[in-house]
Amino acid sequence: MASTETQPKVEDEPVAKGAATAVADRKTDPAGDLAGLEAGLDALDTRTSARTPLPVLLRRKALPPVVAVVLVLGLWQAAFALNLKPDYQLPSPLMVWDALAEEWYKGTILGIIWQSVSRGALGFAVALLVGTPLGLLVARVRPVRAAIGPILSGLQSLPSVAWVPAAIIWFGLTDATIYTVVLLGAVPSIANGLVAGVDRIDPLHLRAGKVLGATGVSGVRHVLLPAALPGYISGLKQGWAFSWRSLMAAELIATSPELGSGLGQLLETGRSYQDMPLVLGAILLILLVGIGIELLVFAPVERRVLRHRGLLR
Amino acid sequence: MTVTETLTGTERAVAARIAGVSKTFGAQQVLDDISIDVAEGEFVTLLGASGCGKSTLLNLVAGLETPTAGTIDVPGGRPALMFQEHALFPWLTAGKNIELALKLRGMPKAERPAEAERLLELVRLKGAYRKRVHELSGGMRQRVALARALAQDSNLLLMDEPFAALDAITRDVLHEELTRIWAETNVAVLFVTHNVREAVRLAERVVLLSSRPGRIAREWEVGIPHPRRIEDADVAGLSVEITEQLRGEIRRHGQH
Repeated sequence: MASTETQPKVEDEPVAKGAATAVADRKTDPAGDLAGLEAGLDALDTRTSARTPLPVLLRRKALPPVVAVVLVLGLWQAAFALNLKPDYQLPSPLMVWDALAEEWYKGTILGIIWQSVSRGALGFAVALLVGTPLGLLVARVRPVRAAIGPILSGLQSLPSVAWVPAAIIWFGLTDATIYTVVLLGAVPSIANGLVAGVDRIDPLHLRAGKVLGATGVSGVRHVLLPAALPGYISGLKQGWAFSWRSLMAAELIATSPELGSGLGQLLETGRSYQDMPLVLGAILLILLVGIGIELLVFAPVERRVLRHRGLLR
Repeated sequence: MTVTETLTGTERAVAARIAGVSKTFGAQQVLDDISIDVAEGEFVTLLGASGCGKSTLLNLVAGLETPTAGTIDVPGGRPALMFQEHALFPWLTAGKNIELALKLRGMPKAERPAEAERLLELVRLKGAYRKRVHELSGGMRQRVALARALAQDSNLLLMDEPFAALDAITRDVLHEELTRIWAETNVAVLFVTHNVREAVRLAERVVLLSSRPGRIAREWEVGIPHPRRIEDADVAGLSVEITEQLRGEIRRHGQH
């Protein structure tokens, strides 16, 4: 193990040498020091995956997006400086920043973000509670799958903004409208993710579970769900993206004083005042919240699951 | 269920009784009238070329499939089964894989970690408890799989070509380990392989199956004393004899 750890680049040579000694040991030791031989084989065969040091990781993972963002800002600033469009249509990055700063000093912006994030989180949580059992049913019960499987995948490609007029007619300008749209957007993704996860389970694991006596509920709990977890998590990720998108569509269209003010409404306010810096600022915030939740919540969970299974280096 | 009754005339109780078992999949008959008794603590290898239905027979004994005709009686309850691939759960550590088997057999939570450690020591993997499956070598994975199978505490262990995918040195070592563990635990083993030397190296009794459909062609008692080596002259001698017969069985399929 030590040899492969310290010189990962010249792995082949020491391993070959080591294997030769193991064979030699076996010949010279007819009594068979089996334990020793086995320990040697284990050591030779074990791959240790050293963690990448932090500075290298930062340079590899964090630097490229920073460079990309700087590049985009630069192009934007250049377009502004060249006066490609009048200022009220194409403001400079600084003007957008000022618009956001103004919202900040008004003291309302955190409330606005929180309004949307809490709605998104609640909608997502309910979608999770509905989508998970639904996905399990579709994945494991054949008639259910035949009946609603295709509809469920079809719903996924239906833009959830299409539900907004219907929801407004059903529920008026209330929170129920917004949550209906969010659920119709997120539930199919979550359920489909779980179905895909279950479909991709190695049949050998299901057989192994049966042999060990994991049947019925304990089979679902100890084998089926953990085995389907990677697919399930990508379903959840997509479910969040759909929740967030649907929420913004709903907030943008269903605006009323009783509904409070979220990021979608902020965007709508900017549009009605022809305030382009505010519109771009709101878009930026919506994007940042979406990316932030993905990076802070889903990415670490997914990385952890994949690393434990050796599916990630 | 009279476990002391015997067909072979020995006085050992049976760990598994396969009586007149046939299996058909659709129009194809895979197994035809197979009768084998595995005595308690006995090591039997099932040997055959492809198409002899040896894996099907193991699945039947394991209860994963039901026979078309005949009966299978496993007095000790659900047998343990080890596959050609390790079939360990990649979302659990080596130790937790074993603990899951202990949990499913009904062992109280407090006793599980110590028992899992003991089983890991039995397969000489002390200290591998926290290792993830992907961090283990092929041989180590099969040993954890063996420990997990033993964790079921069944008196019958079914093995479906468990060492076929390993390199020769590792396979050799695992033969020794399996023989040692078999002697220590007194578990009965029904071991399926297409490797004649492996069959002779390990077993007390070798059962040769013919192919399409699988029938019992012949049986050999292996009287070679332990410790055995796969390169021993006795092992090689009997292997030659069995291989001749196996080749004869295979040749029949070329002469329609």
